[in-house]
Amino acid sequence: MADLETFREQTRAWLEANCPPEMRTPMRSEDDACWGGRHFKFQSEAQEQWLRVMGEKGWTVPDWPAAYGGGGLSPAETKILKEEMKAIGARNPLSSFGISMLGPALLKYGTEEQKKRFLPEIARGEIRWCQGYSEPGAGSDLAGLQTKAEDMGDHYLVNGQKVWTSYADKADWIFCLVRTSTESKHGGISFLLFDMESEGVSTKPILLISGYSPFCETFFDNVRVPKDQLVGEVNRGWNVAKYLLGHEREMISGMGLGSGTSKTLAQSLGEIDDAILAAEVALFDVDALAFAAMSEHFIDQLKAGEAHPAMPSMMKYAGTELNKKRHELIMAAGGSDALEWESERSRGGKAPREWLRTKANSIEGGTSEVQLGIVAKHILQLPGA
Amino acid sequence: MTLLTDDQRQLADMTRSFLAEEGTIKKQLRHWRDIGCKDGFGHGLWKQMAELGLTGLAIPEEDGGLGLGATEAALVMEEVGRNLTPSPFLTTALVAVEALKGTEQGKRWFPGIIAGETVAAFAVDEGPHHRPRQIALEARRSGNGFALSGTKQFVVHGASADVILVAARTAGSAGEAEGLTLFAVPRDAAGLEIENVTLADSSKAARLTLSNVAVDADAVVGEVDHGFEPLRRAMRVGRTGAAAEMVGLASGASTMTLDYLKQRKQFGKLIGEFQVLQHRAAHLFGEIEIARAATWKAAELVDKGDDRAGLMTHVAKAKAGRVSALAVQEAVQMHGGIGMTDEHDIGLYMKREKVLDALFGDSNYHARMVRMLAA
Repeated sequence: MADLETFREQTRAWLEANCPPEMRTPMRSEDDACWGGRHFKFQSEAQEQWLRVMGEKGWTVPDWPAAYGGGGLSPAETKILKEEMKAIGARNPLSSFGISMLGPALLKYGTEEQKKRFLPEIARGEIRWCQGYSEPGAGSDLAGLQTKAEDMGDHYLVNGQKVWTSYADKADWIFCLVRTSTESKHGGISFLLFDMESEGVSTKPILLISGYSPFCETFFDNVRVPKDQLVGEVNRGWNVAKYLLGHEREMISGMGLGSGTSKTLAQSLGEIDDAILAAEVALFDVDALAFAAMSEHFIDQLKAGEAHPAMPSMMKYAGTELNKKRHELIMAAGGSDALEWESERSRGGKAPREWLRTKANSIEGGTSEVQLGIVAKHILQLPGA
Repeated sequence: MTLLTDDQRQLADMTRSFLAEEGTIKKQLRHWRDIGCKDGFGHGLWKQMAELGLTGLAIPEEDGGLGLGATEAALVMEEVGRNLTPSPFLTTALVAVEALKGTEQGKRWFPGIIAGETVAAFAVDEGPHHRPRQIALEARRSGNGFALSGTKQFVVHGASADVILVAARTAGSAGEAEGLTLFAVPRDAAGLEIENVTLADSSKAARLTLSNVAVDADAVVGEVDHGFEPLRRAMRVGRTGAAAEMVGLASGASTMTLDYLKQRKQFGKLIGEFQVLQHRAAHLFGEIEIARAATWKAAELVDKGDDRAGLMTHVAKAKAGRVSALAVQEAVQMHGGIGMTDEHDIGLYMKREKVLDALFGDSNYHARMVRMLAA
């Protein structure tokens, strides 16, 4: 314990000396997030410096092994780092699908060579990744995907189309599910990594109801992918995908917290003069604070290896439904102010655009219905599910 | 860290197997109900719980107890809830013990509680809703003690209790937290009239009428006029315990329902194959997990004496109340007609849930408190 106290003191001192003051202010919007990558335009020197110093220390991924660019910290030390960052309001130095999704999958399924090649770049925020899963005909029924990868000896030849590829137009590389065999639905899928600048890759943004276009359609036309960029075994990519989806669901479920952990919805809304809305907000706060307790418990369970493999589905379902409810209440409390789509005082229609964005929460990463089905089958063991 | 320690797991396992054997609905709840027992619980089981150390679980070690906290209490309460086991554990071993900690009255009553011979009750409510600040039962100074006059209701195990902790007003007026005092009133006090009331779940909760009940000055628990503090401490423990009992109850009802979904056939299929029922069952599963996490968190904060304990206790009681209500409603509905029969146990869960939700403040009361504290 004494060691942990020393670690806490050293961490506090290091953060104090190295976290720029601008990086200790709350993010104003999603645009303030730092994504890194080859073409990322930093918003400030402070943002660039914060990513660099944290990346050098491996603290963008504190619990990954130091050999792969991580911080090599124990779970207890990682928790302390997070607590100390929170204490000074330090921003997350890097938002990254490489960290939250691909990294854990590479740590488990990647070859030593792949780990050494890709993980340090992810840790330092040098490569921005996107995820090529869904296709026009394979959304919730993901295993129905058709994008084909033909074995050409030293490389695969990839042809097909992906959809809902988040930030594909800004990503450097893609981790992608492809069909290498048609003999079995789940058993013919492989997991490939490749450069988005490869010949034959093109992207097209999709405009959403929120007016934003974080998603793209992504097209592959005779894309050559070297064979050493296959993760895991050929035709066994479904295992990698499932593992990675678990991590994605953990990440998305965290969104249900919103600002609910430190600040309840009642606090952020202020005075409410409608009795029925006030009651709904009170009940929402009960749900949100209870879910925050569950999140803490769930994270501890995960770290201790005690979480049921299907628990991320439960968390994803509960967290995203909660987040949708939260934004419905924010809209109700805001009245006509919350309807302004473009105005100075509405900060460019923040409220309605965020409200609309949350509707995707219960669709992306597996719909709420898919998650409930997984819980029913794998945890409750109901028949025929 | 929100995971259980090895000791806590052992306690939970021990209690689970003990109550699954001795605390069952058939041996306890139905038995005492069907013979019309005036206490609504078995003293034999209370004695067995004493032999396991459970009755003294929360009593400090220097007073002969195990000196454990709200977290351990929650683990026991969850098993009580799962089996609908009637016992004075919540009101005596948790609530009364918390109020009596560090007092002379504690020294008097703790040995009997540890031995499983003493039952204590807690009298707060004066109307159909829990409103502790509105306490109006009057305690007038009289001679070297006090004279208590007024009424209480929903006093769980009131007619079986050896001592009743009565929250009374010694100063100020209804609505104020200051001016309240807790008194330990023996059951045989002159002027104390106890009406033994049977509730919907066949448990017993008395209605008290006090007419100039004379008590000595040493009947005061804690300090005169400053009874809100021990009352609040006891309520926190009681609410966390009741929340844990509801989590156990919800979990028990849900297990029974899942078993039924896996064996009942309609339209030539197991009803558990119907997606609409699967999704409702999966939703309920998550809600129960969340309610349990909230309850454990509340218990942890109570044990740490953390500032957020009050807020989290309200969250836990409100969440567990709503989740357990959902659990029993889904349980009876999914059981169909058989669930409406007295012969089947599932209806007993529904009746017990309603009583537990009301105990120490219902979900609406606690949601309102969350809003007050959060806004």
